[in-house]
Amino acid sequence: MKLLFGRPAGLTEIKQRYCPGCGHGIVHRIIGELLVEMNIREKAIGIAPVGCSVFADEYFNCDMIQVPHGRAPAVATGIKRTRPDCVVFTYQGDGDLAAIGTAETIHAAARNENITIIFINNAIYGMTGGQLAPTTLPGMRSTTSVKGRDVVKQGYPIKVCELLNALDGPFYLERVAVDTPKNIIKTKKAIKTAFQYQLENKGFSLIEVLSMCPTGWGVTPIQAKKWIAEVMAKYYPLGEFRNRAKEVK
Amino acid sequence: MAEKTLMYGNHALVEGAIYAGCRFFAGYPITPQNEIPEYMSIRMNEVGGVFLQTESELAAINMLFGAAAAGARAMTSSSSPGISLMQEGLSYIAGADIPVLVVNVVRGGPGLGNIAPAQSDYFQSVKSGGHGDYHTIVLAPNSAQEMFEFPRLAFELAEKYRNPALILADGLLGQMMEPVEIKGEPIDPKSLPEQDWWLTGCKGRERRVVRSYDLRPGKLEEWNWRRWKKYQEILNNEQRWEEIKIDDAEVIVVAYGTSARVAEAGVRMAREKGIKAGLLRPITLWPFPAKIISELSKKVEDFLVVEMSLGQMIEDVRLAVEGKARIHFIGHPGGGLPTGPEIYNKIIEIRSKK
Ligand SMILES: Cc1ncc(C[n+]2csc(CCOP(=O)(O)OP(=O)(O)O)c2C)c(N)n1
Ligand code: SF4
Repeated sequence: MKLLFGRPAGLTEIKQRYCPGCGHGIVHRIIGELLVEMNIREKAIGIAPVGCSVFADEYFNCDMIQVPHGRAPAVATGIKRTRPDCVVFTYQGDGDLAAIGTAETIHAAARNENITIIFINNAIYGMTGGQLAPTTLPGMRSTTSVKGRDVVKQGYPIKVCELLNALDGPFYLERVAVDTPKNIIKTKKAIKTAFQYQLENKGFSLIEVLSMCPTGWGVTPIQAKKWIAEVMAKYYPLGEFRNRAKEVK
Repeated sequence: MAEKTLMYGNHALVEGAIYAGCRFFAGYPITPQNEIPEYMSIRMNEVGGVFLQTESELAAINMLFGAAAAGARAMTSSSSPGISLMQEGLSYIAGADIPVLVVNVVRGGPGLGNIAPAQSDYFQSVKSGGHGDYHTIVLAPNSAQEMFEFPRLAFELAEKYRNPALILADGLLGQMMEPVEIKGEPIDPKSLPEQDWWLTGCKGRERRVVRSYDLRPGKLEEWNWRRWKKYQEILNNEQRWEEIKIDDAEVIVVAYGTSARVAEAGVRMAREKGIKAGLLRPITLWPFPAKIISELSKKVEDFLVVEMSLGQMIEDVRLAVEGKARIHFIGHPGGGLPTGPEIYNKIIEIRSKK
């Protein structure tokens, strides 16, 4: 019998613990496929964060390191500078990257560090039970903003791609989503481009992925997908923010 | 006699680190250790190593985490407030059993304190300043020569036990000039054999994972007991100290680093007056040289601990002595230095009250 669809060799056999309908699983699959398709699995070093994807160190079938909350871009810098021939990627949530790790993110981008950041924006803290994230939308409910985010008291969300786009450093910034098959294909293309740029020593790439957290949002998986298209992508517009490969010289 | 070069302590430390094969440095400016990153930026460029001035000490220690996990001999240096920020990373590094070298050129604290030489970070260094049960190997140099030699010893111990190591100096040691003898063969980091935990990309082998967590029931306890065994081994095998005139001593001064240099003068003055004083200088602060102190306490009645702090190492001396001798103290918290005559006078006072 011919196998038409199976687990990519870029993922281990370990059963993932993500909730049904969660975006993490989809992005994991994309990265797992690319590790093999781009023939980089054997020179990849992945960095697992703090958050729901802490166990990414078990899931990606390549060398992995699990690091402190938010510090992945700094660890990535240490690895990449030591092993410039390896493909170094971080996989981080929005609490990880845009709250505690804001400084590490901005400075790795400003240095145009030759690494790839996969940034999962699910607008909430998943693992710790659905608290307000730096990306929680105005009016959006969380366990620490039960009446909805009040921007007067809790401030405005951080738009990471827009923020980093203000810097001269980064090479490639794109925001994608995993709510529909079409968007999933686009996500894969963006991550592939980011890896490719790293192989070409172009520098810093960050792919922001709008991703479902049905559990944290308290909705069904179907509703979660709809919410991304109808609400989230309006606040966080999809598209390429920076691609220095396309800039006219 | 071998040729000696006049060097700042901080520069000697840089030369010693590079001699030891260190090719990765990440750090953030803070007085009184700025000569280290400044000189490193020049020397790393010359030897083809990596130098990074980071956005914070948090970033620096985490860069070390990555670099060392990928197989580099990596170090950072900072001073007290910066070392506080590094404690998060150190805990992870200790939890993942990764060797790195951290140099603390201590200044007066707490808080912003001042930039004068101090020894007030002893607790933080030897009792594990970050969260969780762990220990850092801690070396205390007392000369520019040891500033040159200790990076190598620190890397060797760190790698032998897969544990972070710390060099605890102070502004005086860093900024004074002394003749230094460049000893031993320089290490080419490329000659270091690949370790079975290095992250290098999994070509031709099973993938490797570096992590500090284990959520499976009972597993973390197993890990930590294994680590405890390692700590016992270090405690048994690596206690280092220097002794001066302790064989017939009736008062033994216990002091490390800068305090020990001053204490030596005090001991010499006492000996000139026919008082049997000796000096025991811990070189490793963790593992603390408790064995020798415990031995000595069986025959010596008085120990005088001298520290540039409110009294921190004194607790380890007390533990080692186990009530078998009297313990006295001279402390200078906040950047003041003890003097030879001060120590001499205290020795006289101790012996006259006997
Ligand atoms: C220093 C530190 N502070 C807090 C935590 C607790 N913590 C664990 S996961 C998490 C939030 C993660 O949220 P996010 O990065 O958005 O990832 P998600 O869980 O949504 O995938 C927090 C605050 C921690 N582990 N370390
Ligand atoms: S809590 Fe949210 S982010 Fe975490 S696994 Fe569940 S759905 Fe995914």
